[in-house]
Amino acid sequence: MSILARNITKKFGSFTALDDVTVEAPSGKLVALLGPSGSGKTTLLRIIAGLEHADAGQVLFEGEDATDRSARHRNVGFVFQHYALFRHMTIFENVAFSLRVRKKPRDEVNARVHELLKLVQLDGLGKRYPAQLSGGQRQRIALARALAAQPKVLLLDEPFGALDAKVRKELRRWLRKLHDEIHVTSLFVTHDQEEALEVSDEIVIFNKGKVEQTGTPDEVYNKPANPFVLGFLGHVNIFHGRITGGQATLADGSQVKNAGGVSDGNIAAYVRPHEIDLTLEAPAEGVGTEATVLWVHRAGATIKVELEVEKTKELLVAELPREKYAELRLERGVKVWAVARDVRIFSSDYQI
Amino acid sequence: MSQQSENAQPLKVDVSESSGAMTINLAGRLDAAALPDAWTRTVVPAAKSHPARILLEVKNLDFFDGSGLGLFAELRRIAATSGGTLEFSGLDKDQKRLVDMSLLKDPAAPMLENKKPASLPAFVGLMAWTILKDQYQLIAYVGELSLAFLWALTHPHRLRKREILIIAEKAGVNALPVISLLGLLVGMILAYQMADPLRRYAAESLIPTIVSFALIRELGPLITAIIIAGRSGSAFAAEIGTMKVTEELAALKTLGLEPVRFLAVPRVLAALLVTPLLTLYNLLLGLVGACLVMVSMGYSVTYFVKTVNESIKLHDFLGGIFKSLVFALIIAGVGCLRGQQTKSGPGAVGDSTTRAVVAGIVLTIVADAIIGVIYYYLGI
Repeated sequence: MSILARNITKKFGSFTALDDVTVEAPSGKLVALLGPSGSGKTTLLRIIAGLEHADAGQVLFEGEDATDRSARHRNVGFVFQHYALFRHMTIFENVAFSLRVRKKPRDEVNARVHELLKLVQLDGLGKRYPAQLSGGQRQRIALARALAAQPKVLLLDEPFGALDAKVRKELRRWLRKLHDEIHVTSLFVTHDQEEALEVSDEIVIFNKGKVEQTGTPDEVYNKPANPFVLGFLGHVNIFHGRITGGQATLADGSQVKNAGGVSDGNIAAYVRPHEIDLTLEAPAEGVGTEATVLWVHRAGATIKVELEVEKTKELLVAELPREKYAELRLERGVKVWAVARDVRIFSSDYQI
Repeated sequence: MSQQSENAQPLKVDVSESSGAMTINLAGRLDAAALPDAWTRTVVPAAKSHPARILLEVKNLDFFDGSGLGLFAELRRIAATSGGTLEFSGLDKDQKRLVDMSLLKDPAAPMLENKKPASLPAFVGLMAWTILKDQYQLIAYVGELSLAFLWALTHPHRLRKREILIIAEKAGVNALPVISLLGLLVGMILAYQMADPLRRYAAESLIPTIVSFALIRELGPLITAIIIAGRSGSAFAAEIGTMKVTEELAALKTLGLEPVRFLAVPRVLAALLVTPLLTLYNLLLGLVGACLVMVSMGYSVTYFVKTVNESIKLHDFLGGIFKSLVFALIIAGVGCLRGQQTKSGPGAVGDSTTRAVVAGIVLTIVADAIIGVIYYYLGI
């Protein structure tokens, strides 16, 4: 079932949490709502679930207006950041809860709960209480509970936000697999760009109550619509400069391609760390910039190098493959040339 | 330290004020030793006059340390609280760097914010609005609760009977010791307090009549209600409030249940069940207490029982029990409401329990007053 939240506006006092936001989740897709905290993504999720009321706008399920339907009549599954399991009930009863509410016969309840516990790989823990489970296990139970009444829509509010890094990674892969099995239209809120890029079919990027960009992970990462999106999806180096006569010149005097055809004026050039090449010999005149190595982070799949640009004293972060690093033999204090392979240019009136 | 202070100039402070601007000229050495004097001559007058602009001339200031920075920060705070600015003149490059690093960048930082108390009309308006909003929520909740009860009446098989009994046990059975103690003591206190004035009119024999009247019509139901408010009203608010904070309430809604039906109805029903019983028990022990006092004064138990029997009519007793039902409804309802109104944050549950107890007791006494008037005119 598709979800459409159309022209949603929500204010808390004088604070505008959502400003005329429209978000669509096509049937059977896993859509991430990504943004910094306070950007309104959780509020939107709660409005879709019926836990909050929008000041203006509509919520449609499969084209049907559900704006005035109460939460309990919307038939959505909701997974909360802090699990919200019923503490005084066993795991079995937690999962069975919505089935009992719907007066399902005992045999059916038993069968369905066992099926769900198997699905979340926690069969056999039915007699325990939530407090006796680990965070990751609790969140899986919360998911099973949300799925019990076979909701048409699954909403997850930072489902892995309270878990440690390793469990998060495991669980998000598991969530993706689960989604491929059950194909329930899902919206999930996260502030972790890595999580959104890895798991979702589509990403909606929020900032200050507005949608900045919507697209597949590939689109938003490789064709960011604006500096905010670019900056939010991973570290990025920023260089200031000017465009005159269509030619972009940065503050250190180097010239870069004006690929986007930005008009004359002040610009900011954005380069991701892995899009920077480091060389020991000076490249052609006007290409690249000279920099001194400040620090080398050797842990990880790639080597992260922090540099100081000679002319502007700005900090620059570059990432290179291990082989390349071994070849260059970089150390603190070594002078190198940094050449950007790919530069994105935006007019500087448009600040992050 | 002492070496340095010998060859540096002592601090000279010059303060002049004109048309809302204060100019402070500092020269010499500003360190911890010079600070108290500098403070009383700059910060103190500035805090009094609240200048719109403070200009610090530091050209001849040879040296300042952390205490100097502290002085600047305070001057800046004073300026900011009245919407003004602090400006420096004659800072050299290094000093400027240090000042920029140490002073708060943003004068609108929370600690610098000017928290003006609201004016009287605004304050009164705000309070009135809060009270009205609270009344609105209370009325809306009464409606919600009534609907839930209607549902409970039409679907009695869907009531969670086990849950009701568990709550009744906690709110009722477990309250017996404290109810007994208070009942006994209140009965004794009443009898003792009355003994002296009544003795002056040689009317000690009226004690059983007055005590039983006071207890059965008024004090029994009221004291029981206050205990219920303290023990159970607060517990209801805390239980439901915790569920609100952990989003279990929201989870209930998304799973297809109305929290009022699921949580408030059993609690209110349990309170309605146990409060009259506890009241009854409280009355009984109150009378026992009074009887003990009478016995100690030389009257017989038989006399006490006979007098109470003669003076108390059935409607006195039923009136008291009816009151206790009203009180139970109020206390349990308010407890559940306050629980649902819990905001987020660490202190929220505590706040709502406090609010539940206070509102429970206040509303109980208000209701008692209203019922008292009605009883009077009905001749009960």
